Amino acid sequence: MFYPNSFRIATPSDTEIEISRDFHAPRQLVFDAFTKTELVRRWLLGPGGWSMPVCEIELRVGGRYRYVWRKEGVKDMGMSGVFQEVVVPSILVATEKFDEAWYPGEALNMTVFAENGDVTKILITVRYESKEARDTARRSGMEQGLESGYNRLEELLASVQVQR
Amino acid sequence: MVMQPQGYGIEESGLSATFGALSDPTRRAILARLVQGEASVSELAEPFAMTQPAISKHLKVLERAGLISRGRDAQRRLSRLEAKPLAAASQWLQDYRQFWEASFSRLDSLLGELQSAKRATRRSGPTKG
Repeated sequence: MFYPNSFRIATPSDTEIEISRDFHAPRQLVFDAFTKTELVRRWLLGPGGWSMPVCEIELRVGGRYRYVWRKEGVKDMGMSGVFQEVVVPSILVATEKFDEAWYPGEALNMTVFAENGDVTKILITVRYESKEARDTARRSGMEQGLESGYNRLEELLASVQVQR
Repeated sequence: MVMQPQGYGIEESGLSATFGALSDPTRRAILARLVQGEASVSELAEPFAMTQPAISKHLKVLERAGLISRGRDAQRRLSRLEAKPLAAASQWLQDYRQFWEASFSRLDSLLGELQSAKRATRRSGPTKG
């Protein structure tokens, strides 16, 4: 049983992006899929044709991680960061920065894994160019933004695109 | 974690301003109204329980973000929608969505595979039952 329709993406503020998704798997397993290199490199690949020849994760506070994506005919894309908080199997907070960042400063990524029966819900909050980033990420809360459903931004964007 | 947007010809500061302007429900409603065509401040203020100066403040934010332009006629400063930054923001969100949707559907399969492998091990193990 898969839950592709549970995917939500929202922009709760000018510097944050929130993504959530349900998975039909125990929380520990989903957490492993996000933190064990032999698993991460099998799925965190985006659309078509990318592989992850470099995937290093040192899962502890202060530990580094590094991902490099490769695709034929395209320049390698690297990203790395440092874990700020690691609570197995429920919370990951880490900085993230692309080798050739298109935004100034580092972004902060907070991923929360919540178990509800057979389902594990993940909520990823990425905050760009942040001050007191973790506090804000925490304050954004687990369910906020999910209960209210889609951000109306998407509706608006859709209507504007139709007009063009 | 997302592949970087490439070649949209828009600075992050621009995107940031766009998302900032869009983070307010009144401003989104104003933009939704402007999709239908140009409007004056009083026309825009009408559906809201807000004063014209309050609406004007929102319009300034939208104008700074490049989401609208405003006529020079002081009597009737018509606001009109500028679609380009919205399109850039939309493209960026779409790429973001595509990256995660594709990755997550692969993760679905991986999690399914890992769980059936675990079940198979359990079935063949001595603690059966």
